[in-house]
Amino acid sequence: MAEDSSLDNLDGPNRPQPLLEMSNVSKSFPGVRALADVSLTLYPGEVLALLGENGAGKSTLIKTLGGVHTPDAGTISIEGQPIQIDSPTASQQAGVGIIYQEFNLIPGLTARENIFLGQEASAFSWIGKRHEHEQAEELFSRIGVPVNPDALCRDLTVAQQQVVEIAKALALKARIVVMDEPSAALTPREVEGLYQIVDELRRQGIGIIYISHRLDEIDRLADRIMVLRDGQDIGTRDAKSLTRDKVIELMVGRSLDNEFPDETRPVGEVRLEVTNLSRGKAVQDVSFKVHGGEILGVAGLVGAGRTETVRLLFGADRPDSGAVFLDGEQLQIRTPRQGIAKGICLLTEDRKGQGLILGQTVQENFGLPNLRDFVSGGLIRKSTETAAFDRYIEQLQIKVTGGGQVAETLSGGNQQKVVLAKWLQRNAEVIIFDEPTRGIDVGAKYEIYLLMNELARQGKAIIMISSELPEVLGMSDRILVMHEGKVAGCLVNDEVSQEDVMKLATGTKDAVSV
Amino acid sequence: MKKQKYIRVFLVDYGMVFVLMALCILISVLTISDMHPEDPAAARSLARSLVKEVGSDINVLVVARKTSADEAYATALQDELEAGGAHVVAVELGTPATLRTRLEVLGQQDERVDFVATHDFSSKWRVLSSESRQEMASLYPALSKLKIAKPPSYRWPTFLTANNLIGILNQNAPIAIMAIGMTLVIITAGIDLSVGSLMALAAVVTAKSLESYLGGEDASGLSVVFAFLIAMGVCALAGVFAGVIVTAFKVPPFVVTLGLMMVARGMSYILAGGADAVKIEAESIGTLYSSSVLGIPSQIVLMVVLFIVAHIVMNHTAFGRYVYAVGGNETAARLSGVPVVAVLIAVYAICGLAAGLAGVLDASHFGTGRPKAGEFYELQVIAAVVVGGTSLMGGEGKIFGTFIGALILGVIQNGLNMAGVDSYSQMVIYGALILVAVLIDQLKKKVVKPASS
Repeated sequence: MAEDSSLDNLDGPNRPQPLLEMSNVSKSFPGVRALADVSLTLYPGEVLALLGENGAGKSTLIKTLGGVHTPDAGTISIEGQPIQIDSPTASQQAGVGIIYQEFNLIPGLTARENIFLGQEASAFSWIGKRHEHEQAEELFSRIGVPVNPDALCRDLTVAQQQVVEIAKALALKARIVVMDEPSAALTPREVEGLYQIVDELRRQGIGIIYISHRLDEIDRLADRIMVLRDGQDIGTRDAKSLTRDKVIELMVGRSLDNEFPDETRPVGEVRLEVTNLSRGKAVQDVSFKVHGGEILGVAGLVGAGRTETVRLLFGADRPDSGAVFLDGEQLQIRTPRQGIAKGICLLTEDRKGQGLILGQTVQENFGLPNLRDFVSGGLIRKSTETAAFDRYIEQLQIKVTGGGQVAETLSGGNQQKVVLAKWLQRNAEVIIFDEPTRGIDVGAKYEIYLLMNELARQGKAIIMISSELPEVLGMSDRILVMHEGKVAGCLVNDEVSQEDVMKLATGTKDAVSV
Repeated sequence: MKKQKYIRVFLVDYGMVFVLMALCILISVLTISDMHPEDPAAARSLARSLVKEVGSDINVLVVARKTSADEAYATALQDELEAGGAHVVAVELGTPATLRTRLEVLGQQDERVDFVATHDFSSKWRVLSSESRQEMASLYPALSKLKIAKPPSYRWPTFLTANNLIGILNQNAPIAIMAIGMTLVIITAGIDLSVGSLMALAAVVTAKSLESYLGGEDASGLSVVFAFLIAMGVCALAGVFAGVIVTAFKVPPFVVTLGLMMVARGMSYILAGGADAVKIEAESIGTLYSSSVLGIPSQIVLMVVLFIVAHIVMNHTAFGRYVYAVGGNETAARLSGVPVVAVLIAVYAICGLAAGLAGVLDASHFGTGRPKAGEFYELQVIAAVVVGGTSLMGGEGKIFGTFIGALILGVIQNGLNMAGVDSYSQMVIYGALILVAVLIDQLKKKVVKPASS
């Protein structure tokens, strides 16, 4: 396949006029060339997948379109008309609707109020509630998902909130809709709903730019695929002409033979044993064992009680009943501090919100649970701390300028490594990974997998919660499947199919134990 | 590149130092005026230059007021003149009237006097005016050549004198000490509105416990110390209480400490029995305030020591890291094994303790327990912390910044006083300057931390 041949093919005479053309856009931040000569074309009624590792420049490109950043060079035209987008309002008026990963909804307002917020004729204009209500219902039916316009946004599920965001964009007559990682917080069933919404929007002639890390979704949705790497435009190609491996290769700039490392390890004695753990409705009578040298995958739908279960092991919440044994000794863990002291560590699913203090340096984050190792005479010896952290920078290949870099500025994969480093220094024996690769790009994912294998090889007990079935199947020795707070089954990962897991996870098959 | 980064970091962390320096320069320029030295050093240099210029064959009458400072001045003058070989006829410490008498006596005795050596203040006495001297010269030949010698005046900012600078520090020490505790609280993303009231409570408790239980008039120095400890203990307990309510019931600190503020103020008045002040009879009550170390009031020394200790604690101990961590992200801190509840309670306790110390200093200063002490101080304390660059959002802030913040506010107030600005206008300017300082800080952060992708 010639580098740009597919792009040329698309520009044939029977193509409609592009909805959006961004030509040769460049943008630099102090010290970083975020975008170099990037061009994007979007046609009406198509889904353009925008791919790239974290830090490749996807967000910058989208923020340029959204009027958050002003490009240093390059032009943007909409329906052939050159246009200056210098503010978010200008972007909205030009017909661009952007649904960011972090929603911009006000939790205390209703769906209707959120949709029409900022569209009032003036600050003192009379709000025609009934009219708005009808319009909101019409928008929701256009999207194909009924949401109660009078429901408070804080009471809506993540998927419903997303629908409200889309409705908000449509209410502004958006013809270009950008979705940034729209499936990140959705359950598999909700993702299916999202596909239908995207299909519906496509049918209505709206141009969609779809950003995702999940290649399944790209397979399902994308008409064309545009790849960015280190701010460079790697080109736009017809989705049908690309294989999955080729997409990954374009993104990381090298070929990855396999998404998951192959590995067989000897499995040792039982290290962690959990019996009849319960807390309210979220966790009911959960029992399982983890051996040394083993990776136990925990699968289930969102809300199945997986995170709630591991939080009990770690001490983040207290169980109503049940017991936890480590190496045969019963543990009494009431706070994370005690859990950590016993060698149980948790890498949370919400890395930014719960795993790291984003405003502090990576070294401060690393040191937080480990200060006793560096304190002498009551004072922290920073040189000891730096030396310890530098070892992990090397061992885990953390890409940082040094311990003094602020955690916020790291990519997802490197943030995850910093969290891991702090637990490794604590000599964790049971390491719980909750969605370890969420929001992490393909190359870094593979590194995290290698690290998990390495830790298992050292005889540690690893628990991995994941909503990505290929990841669960690719990494686990055994798979614990949860459904509505209970253990639905435990499968030895040997010829297990995604369907087997899904049947248990959705409760269509009775509990089995192997 | 790296050097630039350090400059940026320095600007963000310590940019307020430059604001303080600029303020000092501005006020110095505005307060330049004639200075008339009256210290022994000036006396000695006057004596030396007199002997050097006119020779040692002179008879000198030393004149000054009858105060201890002037006595030192006159003694230095006499010693240095005699050391230089001049003859000191007499030393007159008194008033214009006694000086006139002395001159008349000397004239009658025909004792020749060439110079009256004095300072600017006494040289302006009418008896030493040229008319009066001419008159005396015509009466007494011995006084016919009488001249005045005084140290040269020079122009210097009144702001920039040791007395004034020490005064600023001394006056603001209680606020600065409370600002240490407040910095910790604000770094945890909290606030403590009760400090001003706790200060009053500490002062009244000190007075009450001394008068009622520790011997009143006969209370020993040890009893006074004991009373201080009781007062500070009460305030620390109040802080613990606030911390417990904040952590156990998740009540916003603003509300908890607002309640505590009113309770503590009310209790101060109740304890004082409705009086404006509870008199403290114990003799050694004033020692803490009036004593000094190497000529610096001990209150200032205490403040500086506390700032150094707090700086070390916040930057070099696990506790300090925990405080920043709790403010930066409470959940992440908890999941990293930080004892969040204990840290928060400790922080409010420290803030209460600092307020207690400020109250004790107030009692020592005035010799009474004033239930009105520290009114609206909470706002000044918060202002000092914020001007010092600590973010009300929590997670960021520097103890040293707070010190600078407290100084900036003190210097502004002092400057306005010197400029003769009335107190209402002062309030307006004071408030506006706080806004400007915070605004500059925000702008600076924007410049230094540009938005990234």
